[in-house]
Amino acid sequence: MERKTKVDAVEGKQEIIITREFELPLNLLFKAYIEPDLVEQWMGNKVLKMESKPHGSYQFETQDAQGNILFRANGVIHEFVPDAKITRTFEMENTPFPVQLEFLEFVELAGGRSKLTMHVIYKSVEDRDMMLQMPFAEGINMAHNQLEKVIGKLI
Amino acid sequence: MNLRRDVFQAIADPTRRAILMLLATQSMTAGVIASNFDSARPTVSKHLQILTACELLKQEQQGREIYYHLNAGKMKEIADFIEPFRKLWDDRFNKLEALMKNYKST
Repeated sequence: MERKTKVDAVEGKQEIIITREFELPLNLLFKAYIEPDLVEQWMGNKVLKMESKPHGSYQFETQDAQGNILFRANGVIHEFVPDAKITRTFEMENTPFPVQLEFLEFVELAGGRSKLTMHVIYKSVEDRDMMLQMPFAEGINMAHNQLEKVIGKLI
Repeated sequence: MNLRRDVFQAIADPTRRAILMLLATQSMTAGVIASNFDSARPTVSKHLQILTACELLKQEQQGREIYYHLNAGKMKEIADFIEPFRKLWDDRFNKLEALMKNYKST
C-alpha cells in the first residue's frame, strides 16, 4: 500500500515534519480541523474547548468506560488564517512531555486535492526522540483495539 | 493466570501505557505508581508484573525499596523509530479523509 502520510525526522534535530495529501478540497480539509464534532470523530478525543482564532485555546480529553480521564491535551492558537494556516502549541497534561509548537499549513492542489504540512518543534532532541519512541503517548487516547491494530502491523 | 509475555499485548492496555508514560522520565516505587491511579493496588501490581515480565520495565533495588524504571532498549524495539508514529498519523488522516468525503456527499 502506498504511504500517504510521510514523517521526516532528521537525526539530531528537534523537529519533525509530517506531510499528507488528501483527496479532499482545501476547504473540507480545513473544516475537519476547526469543527469540534468533526475533530472528535477523526482524532478520537472529546473536544472540551475549541476557539479557532488568534489567542484562542483548545482542550481535548479522553475518558475510559468508567469515566476516568485517560488523556488530556491543550494548547493555544497563535496564528489562524482560514484555509491556509494554524500555528498552535500542544501540551499533553500530566505527562513528562514538554509543550510543543506546531505549524500547520494547508495548501490547495490541482484536481480538488489538498495538502497538509505539520511542522512540529520540540523542546529538545531528547524530547522529540522520546515522543517518537512512545507513539502511544499521543495514542494513549486511542481505543484499545485500534492501538492493537496499529501495533499489530509492525510485527 | 497465564501471562502473555508479549510486548504488544502489554502496551495494548491503557493503564499500562499510562504507567509507561509516568515512568518516562523518572523511576518510582510500586506504591508511588499506584497512588497515581484509582485502580486497586493489586491491580496496579499486576500491571507492573506484566510490564516487567515483557522487559518494558526494569526493577532496581535501592535500599529497602524497589524502583521501577523504563527499559529504554526495549522501548526502542517497539518503536523502531518513526514508523509507529507515522502509522498513528496515517490512521488519523485516513479517518479524516473518509469522514470528509462523506461530509461532502451529504
